[in-house]
Amino acid sequence: METRATRLSLSVWTVLIVLFLWIPLVLICVYAFNSSNIQSWPIAGFSTKWFHLAWHNEEARSALVLSLKAAGIATSIALVLGTAAATVVSRFRFFGRDAITFLLVLPIALPGVVTGIALNSFFNNNPIHGLTPSLWTIVIGHSTFCIVVVYNNVVARLRRTQTSLTEASMDLGADGWQTFRFVTFPVISTALVAGALLAFALSFDEVIVTTFTAGAQNTLPIWILGNLRLGQQLPQVNVVVFFVIVMTVVPVVIAQRLTRDTGILRRR
Amino acid sequence: MRAVALLLPPLGWMLVFYLAALAVLFVSAFWSVDSFTGKLTHVWTWTNFDTIIHDPTYRQIAWRTIWMAALVTLTDALIAFPFAYYMARVATPRLRTLLFVLVLLPLFSSYLARIYAWRLILNQDGALNWSLAKIGLPQQDWAFTSTAMWIVFSYIWLPFMILPIYAALERIPDSYLEASRDLGARNWTTFRRVIVPLALPGIAAGSIFTFSLTLGDYITPSLVGNVDFIGNVIYRNVLGLTNNLPFSAAYATVPLIVMAIYLALAKRVGAFEAL
Repeated sequence: METRATRLSLSVWTVLIVLFLWIPLVLICVYAFNSSNIQSWPIAGFSTKWFHLAWHNEEARSALVLSLKAAGIATSIALVLGTAAATVVSRFRFFGRDAITFLLVLPIALPGVVTGIALNSFFNNNPIHGLTPSLWTIVIGHSTFCIVVVYNNVVARLRRTQTSLTEASMDLGADGWQTFRFVTFPVISTALVAGALLAFALSFDEVIVTTFTAGAQNTLPIWILGNLRLGQQLPQVNVVVFFVIVMTVVPVVIAQRLTRDTGILRRR
Repeated sequence: MRAVALLLPPLGWMLVFYLAALAVLFVSAFWSVDSFTGKLTHVWTWTNFDTIIHDPTYRQIAWRTIWMAALVTLTDALIAFPFAYYMARVATPRLRTLLFVLVLLPLFSSYLARIYAWRLILNQDGALNWSLAKIGLPQQDWAFTSTAMWIVFSYIWLPFMILPIYAALERIPDSYLEASRDLGARNWTTFRRVIVPLALPGIAAGSIFTFSLTLGDYITPSLVGNVDFIGNVIYRNVLGLTNNLPFSAAYATVPLIVMAIYLALAKRVGAFEAL
Protein backbone atom coordinates (compact mmCIF):
# COMPACT_ATOMS: atom_id res chain seq x y z
CA MET A 1 0.00 0.00 0.00
CA GLU A 2 3.04 2.26 0.33
CA THR A 3 3.87 4.60 -2.51
CA ARG A 4 7.29 4.38 -4.13
CA ALA A 5 8.44 7.55 -2.46
CA THR A 6 7.39 6.20 0.94
CA ARG A 7 9.26 2.93 0.36
CA LEU A 8 12.35 4.80 -0.75
CA SER A 9 12.42 7.09 2.27
CA LEU A 10 11.75 4.14 4.59
CA SER A 11 14.71 2.24 3.18
CA VAL A 12 16.98 5.29 3.46
CA TRP A 13 15.87 5.66 7.09
CA THR A 14 16.56 1.96 7.74
CA VAL A 15 20.09 2.25 6.34
CA LEU A 16 20.74 5.33 8.49
CA ILE A 17 19.55 3.57 11.65
CA VAL A 18 21.66 0.48 10.94
CA LEU A 19 24.67 2.82 10.58
CA PHE A 20 23.70 4.62 13.79
CA LEU A 21 23.53 1.27 15.62
CA TRP A 22 26.76 -0.12 14.22
CA ILE A 23 29.23 2.75 13.72
CA PRO A 24 29.96 3.10 17.48
CA LEU A 25 30.57 -0.65 17.79
CA VAL A 26 32.87 -0.76 14.77
CA LEU A 27 34.66 2.34 15.99
CA ILE A 28 35.39 0.92 19.42
CA CYS A 29 36.82 -2.19 17.77
CA VAL A 30 39.09 -0.01 15.62
CA TYR A 31 40.38 1.75 18.75
CA ALA A 32 41.65 -1.61 20.06
CA PHE A 33 44.27 -1.46 17.29
CA ASN A 34 45.29 2.13 18.07
CA SER A 35 49.09 2.39 18.24
CA SER A 36 48.93 5.53 20.40
CA ASN A 37 47.68 5.70 23.96
CA ILE A 38 45.85 8.94 23.16
CA GLN A 39 42.23 8.17 22.23
CA SER A 40 41.60 10.61 19.38
CA TRP A 41 40.18 10.15 15.87
CA PRO A 42 41.54 9.14 13.44
CA ILE A 43 43.75 6.66 15.30
CA ALA A 44 47.46 7.37 15.11
CA GLY A 45 48.40 4.06 13.53
CA PHE A 46 47.70 0.35 13.45
CA SER A 47 49.19 -1.86 16.15
CA THR A 48 48.41 -5.05 18.04
CA LYS A 49 50.79 -4.33 20.91
CA TRP A 50 47.99 -3.68 23.44
CA PHE A 51 46.60 -7.17 22.87
CA HIS A 52 49.78 -8.62 24.30
CA LEU A 53 49.70 -6.28 27.31
CA ALA A 54 46.01 -6.87 27.98
CA TRP A 55 46.45 -10.64 27.77
CA HIS A 56 49.13 -10.53 30.45
CA ASN A 57 47.24 -8.08 32.67
CA GLU A 58 46.72 -10.06 35.88
CA GLU A 59 43.85 -7.87 37.12
CA ALA A 60 41.93 -8.17 33.87
CA ARG A 61 42.57 -11.88 33.78
CA SER A 62 41.27 -12.61 37.28
CA ALA A 63 38.28 -10.36 36.53
CA LEU A 64 37.59 -12.44 33.43
CA VAL A 65 37.79 -15.67 35.44
CA LEU A 66 35.36 -14.31 38.04
CA SER A 67 32.97 -13.17 35.30
CA LEU A 68 33.06 -16.56 33.59
CA LYS A 69 32.47 -18.40 36.87
CA ALA A 70 29.58 -16.13 37.89
CA ALA A 71 27.97 -16.31 34.44
CA GLY A 72 28.41 -20.09 34.29
CA ILE A 73 26.85 -20.77 37.68
CA ALA A 74 24.09 -18.18 37.29
CA THR A 75 23.18 -19.65 33.90
CA SER A 76 23.01 -23.18 35.34
CA ILE A 77 20.74 -22.06 38.17
CA ALA A 78 18.58 -20.09 35.73
CA LEU A 79 18.30 -23.13 33.44
CA VAL A 80 16.96 -25.39 36.17
CA LEU A 81 14.65 -22.85 37.83
CA GLY A 82 13.51 -21.19 34.58
CA THR A 83 12.62 -24.52 32.94
CA ALA A 84 10.74 -25.71 36.03
CA ALA A 85 8.71 -22.50 36.19
CA ALA A 86 8.03 -22.54 32.44
CA THR A 87 6.80 -26.14 32.54
CA VAL A 88 4.35 -25.46 35.34
CA VAL A 89 3.06 -22.18 33.95
CA SER A 90 2.47 -23.53 30.45
CA ARG A 91 1.09 -26.95 31.43
CA PHE A 92 -1.13 -26.22 34.42
CA ARG A 93 -3.84 -23.71 35.17
CA PHE A 94 -3.99 -22.63 38.77
CA PHE A 95 -4.74 -19.71 41.03
CA GLY A 96 -1.92 -17.15 41.09
CA ARG A 97 -0.39 -18.15 37.75
CA ASP A 98 -0.28 -14.57 36.51
CA ALA A 99 1.27 -13.45 39.79
CA ILE A 100 4.11 -15.91 39.29
CA THR A 101 4.76 -14.69 35.75
CA PHE A 102 4.75 -11.14 37.05
CA LEU A 103 7.20 -12.01 39.86
CA LEU A 104 9.60 -13.62 37.39
CA VAL A 105 9.51 -10.65 35.02
CA LEU A 106 9.81 -8.05 37.78
CA PRO A 107 13.65 -8.05 38.03
CA ILE A 108 13.93 -6.86 34.41
CA ALA A 109 10.94 -4.52 34.53
CA LEU A 110 12.21 -2.60 37.56
CA PRO A 111 15.25 -0.32 37.29
CA GLY A 112 18.46 -2.30 37.92
CA VAL A 113 19.56 0.06 40.65
CA VAL A 114 16.50 -0.96 42.70
CA THR A 115 17.35 -4.67 42.43
CA GLY A 116 20.92 -3.72 43.26
CA ILE A 117 20.31 -1.89 46.52
CA ALA A 118 17.56 -4.33 47.49
CA LEU A 119 20.06 -7.20 47.37
CA ASN A 120 22.74 -5.04 48.97
CA SER A 121 20.58 -4.10 51.95
CA PHE A 122 19.29 -7.68 52.16
CA PHE A 123 22.79 -9.16 52.34
CA ASN A 124 23.95 -6.56 54.86
CA ASN A 125 20.95 -6.26 57.15
CA ASN A 126 19.68 -9.77 57.38
CA PRO A 127 20.63 -11.38 60.70
CA ILE A 128 19.91 -14.88 59.39
CA HIS A 129 22.07 -14.60 56.33
CA GLY A 130 24.64 -11.88 56.94
CA LEU A 131 26.21 -12.75 53.60
CA THR A 132 29.55 -11.12 52.90
CA PRO A 133 30.30 -10.28 49.26
CA SER A 134 31.60 -13.33 47.43
CA LEU A 135 31.15 -15.19 44.17
CA TRP A 136 27.82 -16.37 45.60
CA THR A 137 26.37 -12.94 46.23
CA ILE A 138 27.13 -12.08 42.58
CA VAL A 139 25.60 -15.38 41.46
CA ILE A 140 22.40 -14.76 43.44
CA GLY A 141 22.01 -11.32 41.88
CA HIS A 142 22.62 -12.56 38.36
CA SER A 143 20.42 -15.67 38.64
CA THR A 144 17.50 -13.51 39.74
CA PHE A 145 17.33 -11.72 36.40
CA CYS A 146 18.62 -14.66 34.27
CA ILE A 147 15.74 -16.95 35.27
CA VAL A 148 13.29 -14.87 33.25
CA VAL A 149 15.42 -15.15 30.09
CA VAL A 150 15.35 -18.97 30.17
CA TYR A 151 11.72 -18.92 31.29
CA ASN A 152 10.64 -16.72 28.35
CA ASN A 153 12.40 -18.89 25.79
CA VAL A 154 11.01 -22.16 27.15
CA VAL A 155 7.48 -20.82 27.64
CA ALA A 156 7.41 -19.55 24.05
CA ARG A 157 8.50 -22.97 22.80
CA LEU A 158 6.07 -24.93 24.97
CA ARG A 159 3.19 -22.72 23.90
CA ARG A 160 3.93 -23.64 20.31
CA THR A 161 4.05 -27.36 21.06
CA GLN A 162 0.92 -29.45 21.04
CA THR A 163 -0.01 -30.93 24.42
CA SER A 164 -1.28 -34.00 22.53
CA LEU A 165 2.34 -35.16 22.23
CA THR A 166 2.80 -35.47 25.97
CA GLU A 167 -0.69 -36.93 26.30
CA ALA A 168 0.15 -39.58 23.70
CA SER A 169 3.35 -40.39 25.55
CA MET A 170 1.45 -40.83 28.83
CA ASP A 171 -1.22 -42.94 27.12
CA LEU A 172 1.50 -45.22 25.81
CA GLY A 173 2.56 -45.85 29.39
CA ALA A 174 5.51 -43.52 29.86
CA ASP A 175 5.92 -42.06 33.34
CA GLY A 176 6.48 -38.35 33.98
CA TRP A 177 10.26 -38.57 33.76
CA GLN A 178 10.24 -40.65 30.57
CA THR A 179 7.83 -38.21 28.95
CA PHE A 180 10.12 -35.33 29.87
CA ARG A 181 13.24 -37.18 28.74
CA PHE A 182 11.95 -38.47 25.39
CA VAL A 183 9.23 -36.02 24.37
CA THR A 184 9.39 -32.65 26.12
CA PHE A 185 13.17 -32.34 26.35
CA PRO A 186 13.88 -32.87 22.62
CA VAL A 187 11.21 -30.27 21.84
CA ILE A 188 12.60 -27.61 24.18
CA SER A 189 16.32 -28.44 23.85
CA THR A 190 17.17 -25.69 21.35
CA ALA A 191 15.10 -23.19 23.34
CA LEU A 192 17.14 -24.21 26.40
CA VAL A 193 20.42 -23.66 24.59
CA ALA A 194 19.21 -20.30 23.28
CA GLY A 195 17.98 -19.25 26.74
CA ALA A 196 21.24 -20.34 28.32
CA LEU A 197 23.33 -18.42 25.79
CA LEU A 198 21.30 -15.25 26.27
CA ALA A 199 21.41 -15.61 30.05
CA PHE A 200 25.16 -16.09 29.87
CA ALA A 201 25.60 -13.01 27.68
CA LEU A 202 23.40 -10.97 30.02
CA SER A 203 25.27 -12.06 33.15
CA PHE A 204 28.70 -11.67 31.55
CA ASP A 205 27.91 -8.05 30.70
CA GLU A 206 25.96 -7.04 33.81
CA VAL A 207 27.31 -4.11 35.77
CA ILE A 208 24.58 -2.30 37.75
CA VAL A 209 23.40 -5.13 40.01
CA THR A 210 26.96 -6.45 40.22
CA THR A 211 28.38 -3.25 41.73
CA PHE A 212 25.98 -3.67 44.63
CA THR A 213 26.66 -7.35 45.24
CA ALA A 214 30.36 -7.76 44.41
CA GLY A 215 31.91 -5.78 47.25
CA ALA A 216 35.59 -5.28 46.39
CA GLN A 217 35.69 -8.05 43.78
CA ASN A 218 36.18 -7.23 40.11
CA THR A 219 34.14 -8.83 37.39
CA LEU A 220 35.22 -7.88 33.88
CA PRO A 221 32.59 -5.12 33.43
CA ILE A 222 33.45 -3.72 36.87
CA TRP A 223 37.12 -3.69 35.91
CA ILE A 224 36.28 -1.85 32.68
CA LEU A 225 34.05 0.65 34.50
CA GLY A 226 36.70 1.34 37.15
CA ASN A 227 39.31 2.11 34.50
CA LEU A 228 36.92 4.23 32.45
CA ARG A 229 36.04 6.31 35.50
CA LEU A 230 39.67 6.93 36.39
CA GLY A 231 40.90 7.14 32.79
CA GLN A 232 43.50 4.46 33.46
CA GLN A 233 44.93 1.78 31.14
CA LEU A 234 42.59 2.92 28.36
CA PRO A 235 44.45 1.14 25.52
CA GLN A 236 44.06 -2.15 27.40
CA VAL A 237 40.42 -1.34 28.15
CA ASN A 238 39.90 -0.93 24.38
CA VAL A 239 41.29 -4.42 23.81
CA VAL A 240 39.19 -5.97 26.58
CA VAL A 241 36.08 -4.22 25.23
CA PHE A 242 36.86 -5.59 21.75
CA PHE A 243 37.14 -9.05 23.27
CA VAL A 244 33.87 -8.67 25.20
CA ILE A 245 31.99 -7.56 22.06
CA VAL A 246 33.22 -10.62 20.17
CA MET A 247 32.41 -12.84 23.17
CA THR A 248 28.79 -11.66 23.28
CA VAL A 249 28.21 -11.57 19.52
CA VAL A 250 28.89 -15.29 19.05
CA PRO A 251 26.35 -16.69 21.56
CA VAL A 252 23.64 -14.26 20.41
CA VAL A 253 24.03 -15.28 16.76
CA ILE A 254 23.88 -18.96 17.71
CA ALA A 255 20.84 -18.38 19.94
CA GLN A 256 19.04 -16.54 17.15
CA ARG A 257 19.69 -19.39 14.70
CA LEU A 258 18.43 -21.97 17.19
CA THR A 259 15.13 -20.24 17.87
CA ARG A 260 14.19 -19.48 14.29
CA ASP A 261 10.76 -20.98 13.91
CA THR A 262 11.58 -24.19 12.12
CA GLY A 263 10.90 -27.86 12.83
CA ILE A 264 8.06 -30.30 12.51
CA LEU A 265 6.61 -29.50 15.92
CA ARG A 266 5.73 -25.98 14.92
CA ARG A 267 2.10 -25.25 15.45
CA ARG A 268 1.40 -22.34 13.16
CA MET B 1 1.54 -32.68 43.20
CA ARG B 2 4.25 -32.73 40.53
CA ALA B 3 3.39 -29.16 39.66
CA VAL B 4 3.98 -28.09 43.26
CA ALA B 5 7.34 -29.88 43.37
CA LEU B 6 8.39 -28.18 40.15
CA LEU B 7 7.12 -24.77 41.11
CA LEU B 8 8.58 -24.67 44.60
CA PRO B 9 12.29 -24.12 43.73
CA PRO B 10 11.84 -21.17 41.33
CA LEU B 11 9.10 -19.63 43.44
CA GLY B 12 11.13 -20.10 46.63
CA TRP B 13 14.17 -18.51 45.01
CA MET B 14 12.24 -15.45 43.86
CA LEU B 15 10.49 -15.07 47.22
CA VAL B 16 13.65 -15.41 49.32
CA PHE B 17 16.16 -13.55 47.18
CA TYR B 18 13.96 -11.03 45.45
CA LEU B 19 10.69 -10.25 47.20
CA ALA B 20 12.27 -10.53 50.65
CA ALA B 21 15.09 -8.25 49.51
CA LEU B 22 12.58 -5.71 48.19
CA ALA B 23 10.71 -5.94 51.48
CA VAL B 24 13.89 -5.33 53.51
CA LEU B 25 14.64 -2.38 51.26
CA PHE B 26 11.20 -0.91 51.77
CA VAL B 27 11.39 -1.28 55.55
CA SER B 28 14.89 0.18 55.74
CA ALA B 29 13.59 3.32 54.02
CA PHE B 30 11.98 4.16 57.37
CA TRP B 31 15.20 3.73 59.34
CA SER B 32 17.94 6.28 59.76
CA VAL B 33 21.67 6.50 60.26
CA ASP B 34 23.17 7.74 63.51
CA SER B 35 25.24 10.76 62.49
CA PHE B 36 27.93 10.05 65.12
CA THR B 37 28.46 6.31 64.84
CA GLY B 38 27.34 5.88 61.20
CA LYS B 39 25.35 2.82 62.31
CA LEU B 40 21.78 2.06 61.30
CA THR B 41 19.11 2.99 63.85
CA HIS B 42 16.12 0.72 63.58
CA VAL B 43 13.56 3.29 64.66
CA TRP B 44 10.54 4.10 62.51
CA THR B 45 10.90 7.58 61.01
CA TRP B 46 9.60 9.62 58.07
CA THR B 47 12.73 11.82 57.93
CA ASN B 48 14.04 10.37 54.68
CA PHE B 49 10.79 10.91 52.82
CA ASP B 50 10.51 14.36 54.35
CA THR B 51 13.93 15.29 52.91
CA ILE B 52 13.06 13.91 49.48
CA ILE B 53 9.80 15.82 49.27
CA HIS B 54 11.01 19.11 50.71
CA ASP B 55 14.64 19.37 49.67
CA PRO B 56 14.68 21.15 46.26
CA THR B 57 17.91 19.37 45.24
CA TYR B 58 16.35 15.93 45.36
CA ARG B 59 13.15 17.13 43.76
CA GLN B 60 15.14 18.64 40.92
CA ILE B 61 17.16 15.44 40.41
CA ALA B 62 13.98 13.37 40.34
CA TRP B 63 12.29 15.65 37.79
CA ARG B 64 15.43 15.76 35.65
CA THR B 65 15.58 11.95 35.57
CA ILE B 66 11.89 11.52 34.75
CA TRP B 67 12.07 14.22 32.07
CA MET B 68 15.11 12.55 30.46
CA ALA B 69 13.38 9.14 30.59
CA ALA B 70 10.34 10.64 28.83
CA LEU B 71 12.46 12.44 26.23
CA VAL B 72 14.50 9.31 25.46
CA THR B 73 11.32 7.23 25.18
CA LEU B 74 9.78 9.71 22.73
CA THR B 75 13.00 9.92 20.68
CA ASP B 76 13.33 6.15 20.46
CA ALA B 77 9.69 5.71 19.50
CA LEU B 78 10.08 8.22 16.65
CA ILE B 79 13.34 6.65 15.43
CA ALA B 80 12.16 3.07 15.83
CA PHE B 81 8.73 3.25 14.20
CA PRO B 82 9.77 3.80 10.54
CA PHE B 83 12.58 1.28 10.96
CA ALA B 84 10.28 -1.37 12.43
CA TYR B 85 7.72 -0.58 9.74
CA TYR B 86 10.29 -1.21 7.02
CA MET B 87 11.38 -4.43 8.73
CA ALA B 88 7.85 -5.77 9.13
CA ARG B 89 6.09 -4.65 5.97
CA VAL B 90 8.59 -3.75 3.25
CA ALA B 91 11.71 -5.90 3.66
CA THR B 92 11.98 -9.36 2.08
CA PRO B 93 12.05 -12.28 4.57
CA ARG B 94 15.82 -12.67 4.12
CA LEU B 95 16.51 -8.99 4.70
CA ARG B 96 14.13 -9.06 7.65
CA THR B 97 16.16 -11.80 9.36
CA LEU B 98 19.36 -9.87 8.70
CA LEU B 99 17.92 -6.65 10.13
CA PHE B 100 16.65 -8.57 13.14
CA VAL B 101 20.15 -9.84 13.92
CA LEU B 102 21.61 -6.37 13.26
CA VAL B 103 19.26 -4.95 15.93
CA LEU B 104 19.66 -7.85 18.36
CA LEU B 105 23.46 -7.81 18.42
CA PRO B 106 23.96 -4.26 19.70
CA LEU B 107 21.34 -5.03 22.35
CA PHE B 108 23.45 -7.81 23.81
CA SER B 109 26.93 -6.51 23.07
CA SER B 110 28.64 -4.81 25.98
CA TYR B 111 26.63 -1.99 27.51
CA LEU B 112 29.75 -0.27 28.85
CA ALA B 113 31.47 -0.55 25.47
CA ARG B 114 28.59 1.23 23.77
CA ILE B 115 28.63 4.12 26.26
CA TYR B 116 32.40 4.33 26.05
CA ALA B 117 32.24 4.36 22.23
CA TRP B 118 30.07 7.49 22.39
CA ARG B 119 32.49 9.12 24.79
CA LEU B 120 35.19 8.65 22.17
CA ILE B 121 32.91 9.86 19.37
CA LEU B 122 31.75 13.02 21.18
CA ASN B 123 35.20 14.02 22.47
CA GLN B 124 36.69 17.30 21.23
CA ASP B 125 39.13 15.31 19.06
CA GLY B 126 36.68 12.46 18.42
CA ALA B 127 35.13 11.01 15.29
CA LEU B 128 32.12 13.36 15.22
CA ASN B 129 34.11 16.58 15.14
CA TRP B 130 36.44 15.02 12.61
CA SER B 131 33.49 14.16 10.34
CA LEU B 132 31.92 17.60 10.84
CA ALA B 133 35.19 19.22 9.82
CA LYS B 134 35.36 17.02 6.70
CA ILE B 135 31.99 18.24 5.46
CA GLY B 136 32.67 21.80 6.55
CA LEU B 137 30.26 22.08 9.45
CA PRO B 138 30.98 23.85 12.75
CA GLN B 139 32.44 21.81 15.63
CA GLN B 140 30.18 20.51 18.42
CA ASP B 141 30.95 20.67 22.10
CA TRP B 142 28.56 18.05 23.48
CA ALA B 143 30.95 15.95 25.55
CA PHE B 144 29.76 15.69 29.17
CA THR B 145 26.46 17.56 28.67
CA SER B 146 22.78 16.68 28.81
CA THR B 147 22.82 16.46 25.01
CA ALA B 148 25.43 13.70 25.28
CA MET B 149 23.26 11.85 27.81
CA TRP B 150 20.21 12.20 25.56
CA ILE B 151 22.11 10.80 22.55
CA VAL B 152 23.71 7.94 24.49
CA PHE B 153 20.51 6.92 26.31
CA SER B 154 18.56 6.97 23.02
CA TYR B 155 21.31 4.91 21.42
CA ILE B 156 21.70 2.20 24.04
CA TRP B 157 17.98 1.55 24.51
CA LEU B 158 16.89 1.84 20.85
CA PRO B 159 16.80 -1.95 20.17
CA PHE B 160 14.40 -2.37 23.12
CA MET B 161 11.96 -0.08 21.29
CA ILE B 162 12.46 -1.50 17.78
CA LEU B 163 11.78 -5.16 18.60
CA PRO B 164 8.30 -4.89 20.21
CA ILE B 165 7.09 -2.38 17.58
CA TYR B 166 8.32 -4.74 14.87
CA ALA B 167 6.51 -7.66 16.52
CA ALA B 168 3.26 -5.66 16.73
CA LEU B 169 3.44 -4.46 13.11
CA GLU B 170 4.29 -7.91 11.82
CA ARG B 171 1.15 -9.35 13.39
CA ILE B 172 -1.22 -7.04 11.47
CA PRO B 173 -2.94 -9.20 8.84
CA ASP B 174 -2.82 -7.87 5.28
CA SER B 175 -6.59 -8.38 5.06
CA TYR B 176 -7.10 -5.51 7.55
CA LEU B 177 -5.29 -3.12 5.25
CA GLU B 178 -7.22 -4.40 2.23
CA ALA B 179 -10.49 -4.02 4.12
CA SER B 180 -9.57 -0.47 5.01
CA ARG B 181 -8.84 0.32 1.36
CA ASP B 182 -12.02 -1.36 0.18
CA LEU B 183 -13.96 0.82 2.58
CA GLY B 184 -12.49 3.83 0.80
CA ALA B 185 -9.68 4.86 3.13
CA ARG B 186 -6.64 6.51 1.60
CA ASN B 187 -3.13 5.36 2.56
CA TRP B 188 -2.73 8.02 5.18
CA THR B 189 -6.10 7.25 6.75
CA THR B 190 -5.30 3.52 6.83
CA PHE B 191 -2.00 4.32 8.48
CA ARG B 192 -3.53 6.62 11.06
CA ARG B 193 -6.65 4.61 11.85
CA VAL B 194 -5.56 0.98 11.38
CA ILE B 195 -1.79 0.61 11.59
CA VAL B 196 -0.96 3.06 14.37
CA PRO B 197 -3.69 1.84 16.77
CA LEU B 198 -2.57 -1.78 16.22
CA ALA B 199 1.09 -0.85 16.74
CA LEU B 200 0.33 1.07 19.93
CA PRO B 201 0.70 -1.90 22.31
CA GLY B 202 4.13 -2.54 20.80
CA ILE B 203 5.17 1.07 21.27
CA ALA B 204 3.92 0.97 24.86
CA ALA B 205 5.80 -2.29 25.51
CA GLY B 206 9.03 -0.82 24.13
CA SER B 207 8.52 2.36 26.13
CA ILE B 208 8.41 0.35 29.37
CA PHE B 209 12.01 -0.67 28.72
CA THR B 210 13.33 2.68 27.52
CA PHE B 211 11.60 4.52 30.36
CA SER B 212 12.52 2.11 33.15
CA LEU B 213 16.11 1.64 32.01
CA THR B 214 16.74 5.39 31.79
CA LEU B 215 15.07 5.93 35.14
CA GLY B 216 17.42 3.56 36.95
CA ASP B 217 20.69 4.18 35.12
CA TYR B 218 23.53 5.89 36.93
CA ILE B 219 26.40 4.73 34.75
CA THR B 220 25.56 6.74 31.63
CA PRO B 221 25.26 10.04 33.57
CA SER B 222 28.55 9.37 35.33
CA LEU B 223 30.42 8.44 32.14
CA VAL B 224 29.09 10.91 29.57
CA GLY B 225 27.06 13.45 31.58
CA ASN B 226 27.73 16.23 34.04
CA VAL B 227 24.74 16.07 36.42
CA ASP B 228 23.27 13.62 38.91
CA PHE B 229 20.36 11.31 38.18
CA ILE B 230 18.26 9.41 40.75
CA GLY B 231 20.56 6.41 40.36
CA ASN B 232 23.69 8.43 41.15
CA VAL B 233 22.20 9.61 44.46
CA ILE B 234 21.15 6.06 45.34
CA TYR B 235 24.56 4.69 44.39
CA ARG B 236 26.49 7.28 46.35
CA ASN B 237 24.46 6.77 49.51
CA VAL B 238 25.02 3.02 49.47
CA LEU B 239 28.51 2.51 48.10
CA GLY B 240 29.94 6.03 48.10
CA LEU B 241 31.29 8.22 50.86
CA THR B 242 27.94 9.17 52.37
CA ASN B 243 26.95 5.87 53.87
CA ASN B 244 23.18 6.23 54.21
CA LEU B 245 21.32 3.14 53.06
CA PRO B 246 17.93 4.25 54.49
CA PHE B 247 18.00 7.43 52.44
CA SER B 248 18.88 5.47 49.29
CA ALA B 249 16.05 3.07 50.01
CA ALA B 250 13.62 5.96 50.41
CA TYR B 251 14.84 7.64 47.22
CA ALA B 252 14.53 4.33 45.34
CA THR B 253 10.78 4.45 45.99
CA VAL B 254 10.62 7.41 43.57
CA PRO B 255 11.48 5.34 40.44
CA LEU B 256 9.40 2.49 41.89
CA ILE B 257 6.28 4.65 42.21
CA VAL B 258 6.87 6.26 38.81
CA MET B 259 7.27 2.81 37.24
CA ALA B 260 4.14 1.51 39.00
CA ILE B 261 2.13 4.38 37.51
CA TYR B 262 3.78 3.89 34.13
CA LEU B 263 3.11 0.15 34.10
CA ALA B 264 -0.53 0.74 35.03
CA LEU B 265 -0.89 3.17 32.11
CA ALA B 266 0.96 0.83 29.73
CA LYS B 267 -1.26 -2.07 30.74
CA ARG B 268 -4.31 -0.07 29.67
CA VAL B 269 -3.04 0.22 26.08
CA GLY B 270 -2.30 -3.51 26.03
CA ALA B 271 1.49 -3.34 26.45
CA PHE B 272 1.66 -6.57 28.45
CA GLU B 273 0.23 -8.61 25.59
CA ALA B 274 2.94 -7.20 23.31
CA LEU B 275 5.93 -7.85 25.59
